[in-house]
Amino acid sequence: MKNGKEITYREAVRRALQEALLEDERVFLMGEDVGRYGGSYACSHGLLKEFGEERVRDTPLSESGFVGAGIGAALGGMLPIVEVMTVNFSLLALDQIVNSAATLRHMSGGQFSVPLVVRMATGGGRQLAAQHSHSLENWYAHIPGIKVFTPATVTDARYMLAEAIKDPDPVFIFEHAMLYPTKGKIKENGNGFNVERAEICREGSDISLITFGGSLSKALEAAESLSSEGIEAEVIDLRILRPLDTETIINSITKTHRAVIVDEGWKTGSFAGEISAQIMEKAFDELDYPVQRVCSYEVPIPYAEHLEKLALPQANEIIDAVKEMF
Amino acid sequence: MAEFKMPTLGADMTAGTLIGWLKEPGDQVNRGDIIAEVDTDKGVIEVEVFVDGVVEKLLIETGAEVPVGTTLAIINENGKSAEKVTALQKTETKKPIKEKRLRVSPSARKLAEKLGIDLQNVNGSGHGGRIQRKDVELAAQEKSAVAEVKTKPKDKALEKESFTRMRQAIAAAMARSKHEIPHYYLGTKIDMSRALDWLAEENANRSIKERIIYSVLLIKAVALALQQMPEFNAVWENDELKLIEKINVGTAISLRQGGLVAPALHDTNKQSLGDLMKNLRDLVSRTRAGTLRSSELSDSTITVTNLGEQSVETVFGVIYPPQVALVGFGKIYEDVSVINGRIKGCHKINASLAADHRASDGSRGAMLLAKIDKLLQEPEKL
Amino acid sequence: MNEKEIKEKVLNLLGEIAPEVDLENVDPKVSFREQMDIDSMDYLNFVIALDEEFEAEIPESDYTKFMSLNSCVEQLKQI
Repeated sequence: MKNGKEITYREAVRRALQEALLEDERVFLMGEDVGRYGGSYACSHGLLKEFGEERVRDTPLSESGFVGAGIGAALGGMLPIVEVMTVNFSLLALDQIVNSAATLRHMSGGQFSVPLVVRMATGGGRQLAAQHSHSLENWYAHIPGIKVFTPATVTDARYMLAEAIKDPDPVFIFEHAMLYPTKGKIKENGNGFNVERAEICREGSDISLITFGGSLSKALEAAESLSSEGIEAEVIDLRILRPLDTETIINSITKTHRAVIVDEGWKTGSFAGEISAQIMEKAFDELDYPVQRVCSYEVPIPYAEHLEKLALPQANEIIDAVKEMF
Repeated sequence: MAEFKMPTLGADMTAGTLIGWLKEPGDQVNRGDIIAEVDTDKGVIEVEVFVDGVVEKLLIETGAEVPVGTTLAIINENGKSAEKVTALQKTETKKPIKEKRLRVSPSARKLAEKLGIDLQNVNGSGHGGRIQRKDVELAAQEKSAVAEVKTKPKDKALEKESFTRMRQAIAAAMARSKHEIPHYYLGTKIDMSRALDWLAEENANRSIKERIIYSVLLIKAVALALQQMPEFNAVWENDELKLIEKINVGTAISLRQGGLVAPALHDTNKQSLGDLMKNLRDLVSRTRAGTLRSSELSDSTITVTNLGEQSVETVFGVIYPPQVALVGFGKIYEDVSVINGRIKGCHKINASLAADHRASDGSRGAMLLAKIDKLLQEPEKL
Repeated sequence: MNEKEIKEKVLNLLGEIAPEVDLENVDPKVSFREQMDIDSMDYLNFVIALDEEFEAEIPESDYTKFMSLNSCVEQLKQI
């Protein structure tokens, strides 16, 4: 892992895809506009030319069809990487995902595995309105039999894919759409890359800000601001929603005794609710204040820029929530 | 006689938990009246009675889970009065008066247990008076400072540390006071001539050891005035004023080498001047020897400070939370008073009141000082 | 009892009541209360101690005569 210059999140994803295609000929890409157009977020730009139509395949607008085809290919010994344009569209493929991908190992008594990787964009903030902006990672994190990765950093965007391909079971990778143009350096990792642990991105003693995906940068921004007011926030990037690393969360709460969870999903039934429940179950005695959640307003994400901004969690809301607790 | 049974509130219901009775033995009930609340899988259900009559007897205690069909109560269809019902049964069915539940964060509760802090004595600074870790830490600091006073350290380093901790405890309490309590201040001059003359006469008849110092008169006068002004003999806790029946005046006693403790003189209003003097002397010596009892440290319901004895005319006190008032006295000084146009030399003392404006208003505070003044004009009645 | 003995005893009694006082540097002419942290309770205890030590029943009206080291010695000499 090189400690080179800054690259974009998009470029990190592209390099990961390129590497995967180079390393194992069973790997192929499939999805809407991944080939000729280079990916709706340009993550597979140039890959069609490099690897050919057999391995970078454009599909019709039929999520249920091409996700199902991916499952079939995986059952047949391939290592497909399926791209779904946004999480909203993935709902068309839910039957394939929940009833087939997630269950086949169980239904076959362990005879079949589905080494499928599905990537999809998630989240709002780009004025793409109510049918392209939602955050439904929690729906997927609900399902046993699959894994859910939420790379929030360039490093994770670059290296999580390879781990997902190695996994014999279906892995879903959620890339927040706002992250693609952001830049960062790929972090040197002494002990090798892992997809088991949450990462403490900033250490602090007074409160734990627990988040993932597109909300990480907002939590970090809030933490910096709070620091100037004497509140030291610990920021945890969950990285993997299923299986969840509760140990890192509990250790942090044991230190700080307070938690705010930042989650771009709607509050009711949110993944933030799950984390809150885990804290209550495993660290009740450590709490000095009820766990708080900063989530999206419970409305379809609006198109209008100012309304969209209001609907999504922002750093100032995190700051307000934290201050209320002291 | 009719039996009132645990009804079945759905085909799959096998048992129910009695949440509470809404009727007592002796109560008249009519068909359709709600007699009890029962918790079932479907939530809490209000249960109706199907006969007219008088509740004869309640057979099941609140909180018990019983199978469907169990007899819960006996209803006398011909009954008219509650005469047969014994007092015992009545008390059994009365709902207990709930004490206000202490709100404590789990982490604070755990910490308090570890540090041996009684949560009843901790003031909560969180929402709705919730006790948080920092409140327990503060209480522990105060407690350890007190403990330091108790175990008089021998060597210099320890002494210094104890001093630092006492300062920290005072700092914590006073900062909290000024941070939380909206103080208001009132002051008045009180003519002490009569009190001092009376005391001189009284002391002339007493052996040296039984002589009374004038501070005792001041303390007693405050205690008696408080009987009529209960809102100053109180604490402010969980956003509300809690009046305290007993009057335990805390008397500020300075420690040599700095520091201050205000231990309580229990039932100040009920003690004779002689007893008060004896107890005050005992309290002062024990405070300085470091052998105070915990109740003396936590039971004060108001503080009286007589700082002014040294040199100052007026004291502007800082209330010791959770108390709501502090009465200060300055030094006794010579002054003149004008009575019916005639000037007369006299001795005066400046009494001041620092009070919590959440708990009382200035007009009541003024009345408190006026009552203290009046009491000191009749020293023989103290 | 000579003057020196009286002086020593008075200072010892003071030391018991106010242990932090530097007994070597007590100014004999200045009143105790002006140079040390002594309140009316301490003073009463001092008078009681004088009574026990010297059998001097001091009436309250005479307290002022025992306010400094010199005046104490002066008064106690006469007993």
